[in-house]
Amino acid sequence: MHVYANPARFLKIARPLTAWLGWAGAALILVALGYGLFLGPRDHLQGESVRILYVHVPAAWLGMAGWTGIATASLMQLVWRHPLAAVAGRAIAVPGAVFTAICLATGSLWGRPTWGTYWEWDGRMTSMLVLLFLYIGYLALAAAEKEKGGEGRLTAIFGLAGAVNLPVIHYSVIWWNTLHQGESISFVRGSSTIDGAMLWPLLVSALGFSLLFGAIVLMRMRAELARNKVEARLKRMASE
Amino acid sequence: MSHWPFIIAAYALTALGALGVTLWSFAAMRRAEADAEALGKRP
Repeated sequence: MHVYANPARFLKIARPLTAWLGWAGAALILVALGYGLFLGPRDHLQGESVRILYVHVPAAWLGMAGWTGIATASLMQLVWRHPLAAVAGRAIAVPGAVFTAICLATGSLWGRPTWGTYWEWDGRMTSMLVLLFLYIGYLALAAAEKEKGGEGRLTAIFGLAGAVNLPVIHYSVIWWNTLHQGESISFVRGSSTIDGAMLWPLLVSALGFSLLFGAIVLMRMRAELARNKVEARLKRMASE
Repeated sequence: MSHWPFIIAAYALTALGALGVTLWSFAAMRRAEADAEALGKRP
């Protein structure tokens, strides 16, 4: 990973990759959601509201994957002092928070017609809400440290500590008697309880949103690296 | 109760959120890279 520690080398890859990820992601999202909204089957229990799953589940996965990315970046910053790790962590935080909020909102909209309630303080929903608060806290801490000219060590420690919420979210439907259903998708062959006609658009949607997420992270990293370059140049000019 | 208003609201919120963060990030990137390029051209 230290091969890409040099911003110039990183940017050489990031520039073309941003467009590829963005456009490929957008195309897959359109295909998957087009199918999900207009062509996909209704569920015999959930009815038409099953169509919300094609946006809700990818948003949930990305909310959790985002914090996994933050925790990984934090570890790289603290242990290996990778120069781009802090930039990556901060770049992931905003889209991670947005997709977590989308997950909570779409989950509420799915819950009203199916469970009869927009919200329930069960293990899964509460721990996802905690994740959103963690993202907001991370962003506030990162901004405060940057303003004081800090390296972002406290932010990185927060990023690592917050990762404890991820297994809580994942296992909440097993540990507690929750309203939210248990996992329907398993990567062990034959043990998914979701029908194939719903599984493939869900996986395509998840892939599409993941590629778009990658493009957003790269855009935010490129923006921060450019701002750092301007700041450094202005400081140099002021001292001359 | 029809489920369709909830489905449309969910898709609209997702489109708003995803497009919003994408466009915001793109605009921030273009602005920052343009500033860096302009500063780099100064003697």
